[in-house]
Amino acid sequence: MASNRIISESSEWTFPLLKRFDQEIGRIAQEEFGLDTYANQVEVISSEQMIDAYSSVGLPINYHHWSYGKQFVATEQTYRRGQMGLAYEIVINSDPCIAYLMEENSMPMQALVIAHACYGHNSFFKGNYLFQTWTSADAIIDYLVFARTYIAECEERYGTEEVELLLDSCHSLMNYGVDRYRRPAPLSMAEEKRRQSERESYLQSQINDLWRTLPFADKEEGGLDERHFPGEPQENLLYFIEKNAPLLEPWQREIVRIVRKVAQYFYPQRQTQVMNEGWATFWHYTLLNRLYDEGFVGDGFMMEVLQSHTNVVYQPPFDSPYYSGINPYALGFAMMRDIRRICEEPTDEDRDWFPDMVDRDWRKVLDFAMRNFKDESFIAQFLSPHLMREFRMFAVSDDDREDTLEITAIHEETGYRHLRQRLADQYNLGSREPNIQVYKVDVRGDRSLTLRHFRYNRRPLGDSVDEMLRHIRRLWGFEVRMEAVDEHGRVQLVGGT
Amino acid sequence: MSHFIDRRLNSKNKSTVNRQRFLRRYKTQLKRAASDAVNRRSITDIDGGEQVGIPSKDISEPQFHHGSGGQRDMVHPGNKEFEAGDRVRRPEGGEGQGAGQGQAGRGGRGEDDFVFELSREEFLDLLFDDLELPNLVRNQLIGTTEFKTVRAGYSTEGAPTNIDVVRSLRGAIARRTALGAPHRGRIRELEEELAALLAAGAEETDAQVIALREEIDRLKTRIAALPFIDTFDLRYQSFTKLPEPTSKAVMLCIMDVSGSMDQVRKNLAKRFFILLYLFLQRNYDQIEVVFIRHHTIAQEVDEQEFFYSRETGGTVVSSALQLADEVIRERYDSETWNIYAAQASDGDNWDSDSTICRDLLIQNLLPLLRYYAYVEITPRQHQSLWYAYQDVKAAYAHFAMEEINGADDIFPVFRELFKRQEA
Repeated sequence: MASNRIISESSEWTFPLLKRFDQEIGRIAQEEFGLDTYANQVEVISSEQMIDAYSSVGLPINYHHWSYGKQFVATEQTYRRGQMGLAYEIVINSDPCIAYLMEENSMPMQALVIAHACYGHNSFFKGNYLFQTWTSADAIIDYLVFARTYIAECEERYGTEEVELLLDSCHSLMNYGVDRYRRPAPLSMAEEKRRQSERESYLQSQINDLWRTLPFADKEEGGLDERHFPGEPQENLLYFIEKNAPLLEPWQREIVRIVRKVAQYFYPQRQTQVMNEGWATFWHYTLLNRLYDEGFVGDGFMMEVLQSHTNVVYQPPFDSPYYSGINPYALGFAMMRDIRRICEEPTDEDRDWFPDMVDRDWRKVLDFAMRNFKDESFIAQFLSPHLMREFRMFAVSDDDREDTLEITAIHEETGYRHLRQRLADQYNLGSREPNIQVYKVDVRGDRSLTLRHFRYNRRPLGDSVDEMLRHIRRLWGFEVRMEAVDEHGRVQLVGGT
Repeated sequence: MSHFIDRRLNSKNKSTVNRQRFLRRYKTQLKRAASDAVNRRSITDIDGGEQVGIPSKDISEPQFHHGSGGQRDMVHPGNKEFEAGDRVRRPEGGEGQGAGQGQAGRGGRGEDDFVFELSREEFLDLLFDDLELPNLVRNQLIGTTEFKTVRAGYSTEGAPTNIDVVRSLRGAIARRTALGAPHRGRIRELEEELAALLAAGAEETDAQVIALREEIDRLKTRIAALPFIDTFDLRYQSFTKLPEPTSKAVMLCIMDVSGSMDQVRKNLAKRFFILLYLFLQRNYDQIEVVFIRHHTIAQEVDEQEFFYSRETGGTVVSSALQLADEVIRERYDSETWNIYAAQASDGDNWDSDSTICRDLLIQNLLPLLRYYAYVEITPRQHQSLWYAYQDVKAAYAHFAMEEINGADDIFPVFRELFKRQEA
């Protein structure tokens, strides 16, 4: 190809160069590969600002809380000591999709980040079903503005201390603030504001109703018709507390709700780490290679990109001192590439395992996979024997009743299915986090709340139970108990306040 | 279709509030860390920021997580020699706790302290929190001779040197806009009328057209005639004088350098002086330090000599107090200066001299001073000086004495001396 098409050989970036690269990458992404994205808003920031962005969990605007300060102090410290480089980018699931570029990056790195974030992550945010279901990209920034103002007002009115304690307790339950099966209502700033005051008075009246009449009825009915509340176990602890905690003030309920909504916003990201990073990595790799093939960038540029790329997708073996679990970038990228390989150059084994993928347009298959899966199901569906061999995977079972660990499967014919099942399960939030549900409220007696932990593979709760129960008690206002239920349905009390 | 925005100039201290909240929340732990640090530090860099650590478990944010036990399956990469069905020993220390809290430390680093850097300000704030200067009376306004010139907004009259160009021109623009507005509105109307006429086929020679054109021209001249700048627009920077309470302090450091004060004791004394200096610095804009050392005779010296040169010989403490008294009377009028003195000694003195010291302090010095702190650096029995000073302590509330046995004592003693008195 004509070498005079090369956009820039320099490693220094400028705004016109950024635009030029974005234009070419965008053209390839949309016209050639059909990536559907939100509009991009690319913001160039300094490393200090990057640390700021880091410490508010990547959100461009957020309410104040000490834990973000702690995060900030920690990040700043490790960065200053040179123990950790900052991520090259942060991308925010919003419409327009906001991506941060660090000014310290070289031109090739900026191009890589643009391809990775603005076209990779961006199209994933727009396409994946979990993001579509759980987040409203067009409303999140507005909602955060609302949340920040609301919480700041509460701090003024009720004291920073008070609000902070409440937020602490809510944050500890963040992972239990999501309905896993019901579709959430969409967010909107105007709507929120309008409904907020309405909700306040309505909610309060509901709660008073629930508690008001009951003690009187007690005498007549005796113990016969014992009403079980809630009628069914509730998995969304924060929601349950927001709607039913007897003593919370309306503003406190609103704050619980805010934390719940933010948790919900992050919920899809926690479930699609492998896919999301894999998808973005696959696309920066593919897009930039295409740019190279078309002669827009030179060898030096590509070398720098590839060096950074290989660092990102490196998977240390389990016995390496650098090993800290499976690298989601490595696994995700390998799987995306593997899907393309299966479509384009299938082996007999692939024909056997993936009969409906071979010889189809890889773009369609990959797009389908991106849209309709989360990590757990993505692995269960698409992890091929070829990859398991390449990663040399093996499954270990650790049973505290045995003295030794058992290798239950390795990368061989008889082990593939077991391996794949185990790995998928590893990404299942349901088994990764303790399954805790609201079981019962003693509406007639002491108003105590009983939670139940449904044990999975006999795994007990960690040592944070007591502290957690204190947090829940702060929200609930009355006694809180935790019971553990084992596989045979036996119930055992594990803690109470 | 992508928008590029340069945010590099936006403020970068977005996290300041959160950082402050974090510090506030863990103030107790941080205070402990800060006082530990002050004893550990070398004396020369006491003025910098400081690394402090808090036990990680104190600041963890709890989550529900699985504990160890039960049965769990994990998939790992990088198999080398395992076959299905193999049994291997459980690795020591256990592997990552699955989805536990945060990231496990790399390379086997366990639960360290959460260590981070405090800025100098934050460090000193924590260090001197709850401490106050006793008898801190800013020499009051009565009889002050010092004035400070401060800005006091803008005024409509003043000296030409004080004209604020930007303000004045802004006023001029506003005036021209306001005065020209009715004319411009009229011109617009007339022009519309004119355009309508011309569109309707009127000739340039038509009387109505000519009249309109004349009127428009006349109005334009009116607008052009508005003066570009008028005396009315002028704004002057205004200054005003504020009487300023004196916030000058002088600190007299008095140290015994007789043979019995070895380098170790001098270092202890130096640390104490430095703490005092830092503390005073936070309360006063301007501080002067006077170094007086003594053996049998007293001398005013510079810092280097004060701390590092060695002298031998006996000890006459009163010589130093006398010199201090002279210095004060000569240079530091107690009406305008806040005078503090700190004395460090090992307690040795000529027996008969101690009573002279007592009288000097009671009669001459203490009435001029804000505070006098005496620290005795000795592991031994107290001698006559200590007992003589106890009389002084009984006579004056702003005289304090404490005893230091080692480096660990310095900060506690300092705190004791400057503890905030409960009202």
